[in-house]
Amino acid sequence: MSNALVVPTMAEMMAKGETPEILFWVGCAGSFDDRAKKITKAVVKILNHCNVKFAVLGTEESCTGDPAKRAGNEFTFQMQAMMNIQVLDGYEVKKIVTACPHCFNTLKNEYPELGGNYEVVHHTQLIESLFKEGKLAVKGGGDFKGKKITFHDPCYLGRANDVYEAPREILAKLDSELVEMKRCRSKGLCCGAGGAQMFKEAEKGNKEINIERTEEALETKPNFIATGCPFCNTMMTDGIKNFEKENEIKVLDIAEMIATAADL
Amino acid sequence: MGIANIIFIVLLLAAIVLFTKNILKIKYNISLGGAYKGKGDFGTMARVALGQSKMTRRPIAGFLHILVYAGFVIINIEMLEIVIDGITGSHRVFSSLEGFYKFCIGAFEVLALLVLLACAIFIIRRAVLHIKRFGGPEMKKWPTQDAMIILITEIVLMTAFLMMNAADSKLMIMGAEHYKDVAMAKSDFWISQFLVDVLPSNESTLMGIERGMWWIHIIGVLAFLNYLPYSKHFHIILAFPNTYFTRQGAKGKFSNMESVTNEVKLMMDPNADPFAAPAADPDAVPQRFGAKDVTDLSWKNIMDAYTCTECGRCTDSCPANITGKKLSPRKIMMDIRDRAEELGAAKRKNGKDFEDGKSLLDYISEEEIWACTSCNACVQECPVNNSPLEPIIELRRYLVMEESKVPTELTGMLTNIENNQAPWQFSPADRLNWKDEA
Repeated sequence: MSNALVVPTMAEMMAKGETPEILFWVGCAGSFDDRAKKITKAVVKILNHCNVKFAVLGTEESCTGDPAKRAGNEFTFQMQAMMNIQVLDGYEVKKIVTACPHCFNTLKNEYPELGGNYEVVHHTQLIESLFKEGKLAVKGGGDFKGKKITFHDPCYLGRANDVYEAPREILAKLDSELVEMKRCRSKGLCCGAGGAQMFKEAEKGNKEINIERTEEALETKPNFIATGCPFCNTMMTDGIKNFEKENEIKVLDIAEMIATAADL
Repeated sequence: MGIANIIFIVLLLAAIVLFTKNILKIKYNISLGGAYKGKGDFGTMARVALGQSKMTRRPIAGFLHILVYAGFVIINIEMLEIVIDGITGSHRVFSSLEGFYKFCIGAFEVLALLVLLACAIFIIRRAVLHIKRFGGPEMKKWPTQDAMIILITEIVLMTAFLMMNAADSKLMIMGAEHYKDVAMAKSDFWISQFLVDVLPSNESTLMGIERGMWWIHIIGVLAFLNYLPYSKHFHIILAFPNTYFTRQGAKGKFSNMESVTNEVKLMMDPNADPFAAPAADPDAVPQRFGAKDVTDLSWKNIMDAYTCTECGRCTDSCPANITGKKLSPRKIMMDIRDRAEELGAAKRKNGKDFEDGKSLLDYISEEEIWACTSCNACVQECPVNNSPLEPIIELRRYLVMEESKVPTELTGMLTNIENNQAPWQFSPADRLNWKDEA
């Protein structure tokens, strides 16, 4: 482990008269959920290591409104969206990276009609470009060398926004074996958290969706389940615990895997 | 012109009039829906409808469907000749095209056989293999019968077409009056030549078979045409306009509610005087938030429903349905169609302002509406680019914003967003705490 994290806020940057290249939109899960905070830190480590000039909004950040919109409450969504747009435009933000596909989708697709126009990328896309620019490298894959990894496509990254390759390109750097689940890419099965389901009990059925998905992941006999979404991460981790496999199989975000493999 | 030609012309005209009448009913039902902002795109239609690009996501069904589709489209060229022959009493009016005509007839026969075989396999898949996606609670008696009627009709039509050709060619070879003027060898009929020997050699019996098959085929086609508006098979027509009007852009983008935008802007404008904003039209009925009935949906949502062919690819890929929840995207589409039929019929009978006191919520339960994860699998899988997701979200909007019917846990989440700017009960001041935590 190396140096302490350097996490400048937009306010601090502005006070110094500086402008970051990119805003890191941490998201509610990334800010408050204990598991997701680790993903946030992994992203920061990568950004620090690659000397990316970034900033966060810190306490000025606020929910994008995604769960409210998916739950049918357009008022709450638009209130959130317009407040956020005012903050983002106040700081003249041009480009945003986020580690949450739900924030990614909302900022990218649903803010423009409310006047918020930004270039928005998912963290896997940013990490892929850092590799391409030669700013980031992993030697030999570290802990992941020769291990079996299966990638769970987040619905809001894959089907919703057609991003399938960036996460796979990154995982290919780990010198490991990428095994696909039967339902992958555009056929990927949801983890069960989307559409505001994360915040409520599921309707009556014969199974939880995350159990169905975890069973499918287990069929690939993986050492690691890679995700690119804090909610998928929670659902898959719960699924693995349900099968009491948490000692054999780790559920990790791609950013965490890269940060570990690059020894950051 | 004989009596047979007159009967044919009357049948043809009656079929066209009846079909037009039913099409106009469906058009009326679709236009019960409100505005749709999407623009047309020929490329999407060419790929998805004409090119069948999404069918092959399921390779076996996709391949067989392409056979039936190609057969249907190409064999229908022959319909032109059949209609002209029927009106004028001519015999194979296009046969003067000689070599090209012979090639076409041969090719049509091959396609007819392939269609026949594919339909037979489809029947086996439904009746013997009981493939899961063809079942489910919404696949009641009629939807199941409908599928079988379509497949059996197609087999009957193709058999009649081949038998007609076989009898015709035998009569040509025998030099029968009216038949002998077309010079085609037995071998020009690539498939039906193998049926020739099965047929009797008596000239009048053969003529009976030839005419009989000709009539079965054409009456079958006209009857099938008029069956379409009552059937899931209507997709053969609506798939084209429906894919042309496909929603473009990222699937994750949910529509923006402009009525809400205006309100929110007013709330956030410090200079706005809330009492000084007059309504543009004081008599206007306030717009409903979301959808309670089909009239609150867009016409595209209703067109989606009429285009649905109940194949069940959506339901088969729906995570909620897979795990035993009540939600089935196919049922959502069928319910919208059935409700549009019901309301459309009532309005045509009692005037366009008639309300029957029912709504789409009598068809779709809250349990179904709240089971959706908005994962877009149903949208991805639909071979005719329907969106079962959009109406589900519109129904949620109605429940939440008009009726305040929100699942209890979601009320907490929404309150948290409003009070703490996060779906959980954390203080906004703690947002950056992670930075200094070990």
